[in-house]
Amino acid sequence: MKNGWLVNEIDRVTREVFTTMLGMDVAMGEAEVERDVPGPTDGVVALVGLTGAWVGIGSLACSAATACRLSSRLLMTEIAAVNDEVLDAVAELANMIVGGFKTGAEQRFGPMGLSIPSVVYGHNFTTRTKGTSEWTRIPFRCEDGKFDVHICLRPGDAPPKGDGQARVSRLQSVMARDAHPDFV
Amino acid sequence: MALDVLIVDDSAAIRKILQRVLRQTDLPVGNVYEASNGVEALASLEQHNVHLVLSDINMPEMDGLELLRRLRSSDEWKSLPVIMITTEGGKTRVLEAAKLGATGYVRKPFTADQIKEKLTGLY
Repeated sequence: MKNGWLVNEIDRVTREVFTTMLGMDVAMGEAEVERDVPGPTDGVVALVGLTGAWVGIGSLACSAATACRLSSRLLMTEIAAVNDEVLDAVAELANMIVGGFKTGAEQRFGPMGLSIPSVVYGHNFTTRTKGTSEWTRIPFRCEDGKFDVHICLRPGDAPPKGDGQARVSRLQSVMARDAHPDFV
Repeated sequence: MALDVLIVDDSAAIRKILQRVLRQTDLPVGNVYEASNGVEALASLEQHNVHLVLSDINMPEMDGLELLRRLRSSDEWKSLPVIMITTEGGKTRVLEAAKLGATGYVRKPFTADQIKEKLTGLY
């Protein structure tokens, strides 16, 4: 399948995170390439940004019930309903999965940066990214339920051609002229 | 002598896990303080004397490498053991932390045994 290396890498890091931090095996399902990420109708989505020569987003999405079970296992405490602890735990799982993916991706694409995770919880919502990016959705199943890892990755915007400093100076001149009509 | 520790991570889950792991070691762990970023960590260090810092790298306000840089440039904290615990696993980041004076480096995800091993090696 297209993006085979990406799928294999996500499978590897997800297994590592789940076996190491949760003591649990995971089974990967059939990965798919999607145009937009529809998102769950309700549940928890944790998003982590990637930047560098290649840019993108990684996310971990699951139902509220699965999020509670995963968090209970991670924190070794019973959590019955989504609360701040659950959101933080899911965010950290996403952070470790996307962070592990980043380390592998850097060997292909050069240095990359990782954002601080954001997490969304609610009902009847969807997620979108700006532009026409492709997402790879990798479904997983574990003892605590199902979850999806999504990755969107594309080359970053190229720097301007020619003399970058000259372009900045010209832009500054235009801005100054527009702000002060008497400026020459 | 009790070992007082400062845990610095923007994830409450990781702070909780590390608290648990610290209590599971054979070390005489005393007070364990928490901070969610480098700014809070420096404020905590002004208030409490600790013997060890466990710090993430990617955090808002002030990241772990800047925290490390400030600790190593201060007379009071330049010898304070600092172990980085982070998703940043690339060689560049590891070398950067080493150059700045990190005492050790543990990559997330981590097992309790990996943390214990790092600490036992220090004390």
